[in-house]
Amino acid sequence: MAEAVEEVKKAPAESLFSKRRRKFVTDPLNDDNPVTIQVLGICSALAVTTKLEPTFVMSIAVISVIVCSNLIVSLIRNLIPSRIRIIVQLAVIASLVILVDQILKAYLYDVSKLLSVFVGLIITNCIVMGRLEAFAMGNKPWDSVLDGLGSGIGYAWIILAVAFCRELFGFGSLFDFKIFHAIGWENFPTNGLMTSPVGAFFILGIIIWIQRYKTGYVEHN
Amino acid sequence: MQQSNAYIIGFATVTTIILGGLLSMAAVFLKVPQTAAKDLDTKYQILKAVMPEVEKGKSDIIGIYGKRIESFVVDANGDKIEGDVVAEKVDKKKEFKKKPEERVYPVFRFVSESNPDETEAYILPVFGNGLWDNIWGYIALSNDFETIKGVVFDHKAETPGLGARITDAGVQARYKGKKIYKEEDGKKVLASVTMLKAETGNTLTDYNVDGMSGATMTADGVNKMLRDYLGFYQPFFDKTSSDKPAQESVQETETVESDSVMVASDSLQAVTDSTAVETKNTDSLSVE
Repeated sequence: MAEAVEEVKKAPAESLFSKRRRKFVTDPLNDDNPVTIQVLGICSALAVTTKLEPTFVMSIAVISVIVCSNLIVSLIRNLIPSRIRIIVQLAVIASLVILVDQILKAYLYDVSKLLSVFVGLIITNCIVMGRLEAFAMGNKPWDSVLDGLGSGIGYAWIILAVAFCRELFGFGSLFDFKIFHAIGWENFPTNGLMTSPVGAFFILGIIIWIQRYKTGYVEHN
Repeated sequence: MQQSNAYIIGFATVTTIILGGLLSMAAVFLKVPQTAAKDLDTKYQILKAVMPEVEKGKSDIIGIYGKRIESFVVDANGDKIEGDVVAEKVDKKKEFKKKPEERVYPVFRFVSESNPDETEAYILPVFGNGLWDNIWGYIALSNDFETIKGVVFDHKAETPGLGARITDAGVQARYKGKKIYKEEDGKKVLASVTMLKAETGNTLTDYNVDGMSGATMTADGVNKMLRDYLGFYQPFFDKTSSDKPAQESVQETETVESDSVMVASDSLQAVTDSTAVETKNTDSLSVE
């Protein structure tokens, strides 16, 4: 009897970064990327990626919101009545986003001005809600945190890649540093298309193309 | 897993109370740093219009502001409003919703470091509509109200990287040294300064600046805002200029007069000259 209890106790003591858990973080980076494979969060990927700096802050904001909301929802997942679960998830996300926005306004006023409405629009980012509904509602807190981290970083690297291309070709700069002037190419022809959201569509399409070519991912109807 | 209605309502209520409480607590605790950040930002923007070198976190903005800026509020007729209206606290958005003749207009007088009676520039707040939402800023004029000494723009929701570029120092620097009055039939006419469409290759005069690619609508908003507000402040300019000989030293008045005579006689020449100069300026800007 005592042995059996011991075994039951031992079994769930999986290491914090076991192979299964590492997959939560690594999967969304490539094979199950929220933007390029699940095609979520496209709207903000187009809107905030004109330059690297706002994109960077946006990435951090999204990662923190997604991790925290995953954690909270996962903690109360057995209490949430299934009939109102969506609105509860939304309430949690909205509160966290407002909190992030308020903190930015208090301590990073300039950055908050830079991002303006886009911080508020994290609420409508499908990735956040998608992870709550698909993962946090049915998994333990720590797993959910890892999952949120994975999806957040998966989103972040894509928008940073898009912003990198757009700022480089659209403005000839990176993080507002005039890169082409620095290497002596002074009349670098900047591409106006890249400064508009349409440019992001092209970049995103190219990224998806390369990625699917490499992973061999095919959509099944 | 079907719960009773009572449980659902109870859960919803508790969630609402907890989240609402959390947010209101955050709002209360963050109010002080938020107001401080906003106040600092206002003063920073006002100073930035005349001192582009000030930087947040490096310069003593509150200290410099207290020493160099004297603020007051005028009405639509250009008369000083006495009483407890604080120029820094004027809610620009609220004023913007009123009719122009009912608004109050804050004026920030930038005084010389050595002599607090000597005006170096007048800094005037401006407010308008960009593409998505409000834009605003400060425009610093020389003490004869002829030349722009500097501008600062800010916005609520212009597109980052496009219209939001009005906050870039490079874009704002384009306004420096521009004139706001044109000479037409021997009369001084308010010309304001217009931002053109497209980014480079524009032929520039004293009255326009290079545009921003992909942000024509924001530029239109900026142009309208400047034209409108320079017009609204016109009565104040007139009153202050006519008061000047009595207040300022004789020498000061003379230089002002000789300047304007020069502008009047060679206005055409001046314009052509400055075109050449401006083209050079744009080049050096883009090198930066």
